[in-house]
Amino acid sequence: MNARGKVQRLQRKDLLGLEYLSRDEIELILELGKSFKEISERPIKKVPTLRGKTVVNLFFEPSTRTAASFDLAAKRLSADTINVSSSSSSVIKGETLLDTARNIEAMKVDVLVIRHRAEGAPHFLASRLGASVINAGDGCHEHPTQGLLDMMTMLEHCGQLDGLRVLIVGDVAHSRVARSNIWGLKRMGARVTVCAPLTLVPYGLESMGVDLVTGLDQAIVDKDVIMVLRIQLERQRSGLFPSLREYARTFGVNRERLKRAKEGLLIMHPGPINRGIELDPDVADGPYSLILDQVTNGVAVRMAVLYLLSGGEGARDEH
Amino acid sequence: MNTEKRTKGLLLKGGRIVDPATGRDEVADLLIEAGRVKDVGKLSAAVDSDRCEMIDVTGLVVAPGLIDMHVHLREPGREDEETIESGSHAAVKGGLTAVVPMANTNPPTDDQTAVRFVRERGREVGLTRILPVAAVTKQQEGKELTEIAELVDAGAVAISDDGVPVRSAELMRRALEYAKMFGIPVISHAEDPDLSADGQMHEGLVSTSLGLHGIPAAAEESMVSRDLILARLTGSHVHIAHVSAKGSVELIRGAKAQGVRVTAETAPHYCTLTDESIAETFDTNLKVNPPLRTQEDVQAVIKGLVDGTLDVIASDHAPHSIAEKEVEFPAAPCGMIGMETMLGIVLTKLVHGGHLSLSQALARLSLGPASALGIEGGTLEPGSPAHLTIIDLGKEWVVDPSTFASKSRNCPFTGWRLTGLPMLTIVDGRVVYTSPDREARGQRAKARASAKNR
Repeated sequence: MNARGKVQRLQRKDLLGLEYLSRDEIELILELGKSFKEISERPIKKVPTLRGKTVVNLFFEPSTRTAASFDLAAKRLSADTINVSSSSSSVIKGETLLDTARNIEAMKVDVLVIRHRAEGAPHFLASRLGASVINAGDGCHEHPTQGLLDMMTMLEHCGQLDGLRVLIVGDVAHSRVARSNIWGLKRMGARVTVCAPLTLVPYGLESMGVDLVTGLDQAIVDKDVIMVLRIQLERQRSGLFPSLREYARTFGVNRERLKRAKEGLLIMHPGPINRGIELDPDVADGPYSLILDQVTNGVAVRMAVLYLLSGGEGARDEH
Repeated sequence: MNTEKRTKGLLLKGGRIVDPATGRDEVADLLIEAGRVKDVGKLSAAVDSDRCEMIDVTGLVVAPGLIDMHVHLREPGREDEETIESGSHAAVKGGLTAVVPMANTNPPTDDQTAVRFVRERGREVGLTRILPVAAVTKQQEGKELTEIAELVDAGAVAISDDGVPVRSAELMRRALEYAKMFGIPVISHAEDPDLSADGQMHEGLVSTSLGLHGIPAAAEESMVSRDLILARLTGSHVHIAHVSAKGSVELIRGAKAQGVRVTAETAPHYCTLTDESIAETFDTNLKVNPPLRTQEDVQAVIKGLVDGTLDVIASDHAPHSIAEKEVEFPAAPCGMIGMETMLGIVLTKLVHGGHLSLSQALARLSLGPASALGIEGGTLEPGSPAHLTIIDLGKEWVVDPSTFASKSRNCPFTGWRLTGLPMLTIVDGRVVYTSPDREARGQRAKARASAKNR
């Protein structure tokens, strides 16, 4: 990799979002993720790379797959991990987020992985702490490792991201997954289209470099990948769309609709799935679904991020 | 501080007298007697120096006392953030000879006792004049009108539920009608609370990329529109607080052209800062309501100040404790402090920046608010009250909240280099504030004088 003049390390303390990551940085992470993936296939799924490092998973929102994925990623690199989870916000608990984080940092930890319902919470901590901060999802803002694992999965199955036609369907307004994917995919040269009811589209979305459409049947026709977003039930209650039934009929991805798709259209979903609403079970579990590949790649890509933020370089020696 | 009644006159010698009410702009002396402006002109020779104290203000601007018609002093209720005393010190340091605290204290300023308390505390502190606004509705709940006649009797200069809008159009109509009897304005915090619900910042490209829930400009514009229509219906005077959106400026301009009795205000941050500043930083000191909007809005607000659509610049000084602001963005309260930076920002960005003449800027800071509130002030004509702000237009300084007299530090302008600073603040003919630079200069002059005499 040296010979190709590529960047070898991340010149940054934190991973907060994909909006400001360069193409080189994304490529570095994805390539390293690819080489780390093999570790999880071994009978002994562990390398000593991050021995002596401490990673704290600080989750202020419930999470199953992301928390487990970060924990496994750190453990497979031999880092020590602790998981602190609290569904209550720091304000309700009485201790401020900053105090909580400073106390954990005082125990001499190297990496803080944080999920928080407040947009910018990881940025707030990153600017005040010496430890590396990884954003594991901040409100509706970004979820960079999800974006990275999605790109790794697309790359694996499509060979390249440049020119790839990706359709994102669903509640983009409230989706950190959508934002991270849009920034990352655009940076890597993909063509991104969003299909959603206009009440779930944020102001001026096209300025992020995506096409916006409302007719799913037409949108599907020429795409290589379709990423279906989870529809949160409380959005219907707050009046953003009339009913789940209508949503499923208008924006749900089902086998009937996919008849119009190109042969080999790949299906992705960040999970957890509302089966039968945004995605029909036979599609979710069908031959073109990459949903479980995404989860597998999540561990690999998080290993790469943890490794690079701990000072590691892209061109690894064999373990 | 000297609280005894001044018997001696005060002569301000050789300053540049700028009076936006009359258009006067000339170097002259100004004589104060018995708390009023006695005369303006070449007076040095005619004045008996035994009966008169003299202050040399050569090279400085002598302006009508600045009035900040929109502040939050937090007393009673949040004395950890500001008190009437600390707020008064901040005010005179900012050159403000009167400030108008809003009613959203805890408990709210919604009865006579509360209004009297605020006025009394202001008098006891004895620095700037404290002219309270009383609530429109009891407890600011938007349900029942306060006893407006008695509130005015107790000394309220306007009524407003600022902090929250009056949601009911019917109640707003009645408040406007009732307030008309006393010649006071109803100050409208123009915000549709349904459109702004959960909002963290201006709804625009930046909120889209940050994922923060947006507050559309329409939340302000629709309520401005409603209140202009109600002012037209009732023939009453409505004052629109903290205008931030281009659409609001245009609506107010149109209403004024139709003869609606409306005055309007904006704040220094709506002329200088945009939502772009929040991107990447998530700096909670930039979280304010209404929110910082776009460059287009900033330009429209400045244009409104230039053509007089916006009559007033007020700080909307809103102190918050560091603990409350040092949190993740959505958890932080809205508001920024501004009394000590307002004049510097206006002079640097709007006057030196080439948008407003000095006289226009001083009008928006003195005559404008005096007219909007129907109180004396905003002029230096003989007979007018001797509230004056003496300004060094060329004084360069850097905004450093650690030096502020305010108890709070939530200032969005930290580190800004500004040009223009108040040197003396005079209330009722009494010098209530002298800048440290000026004091040092006075001591050096005294030392020189005594050296000469020896």
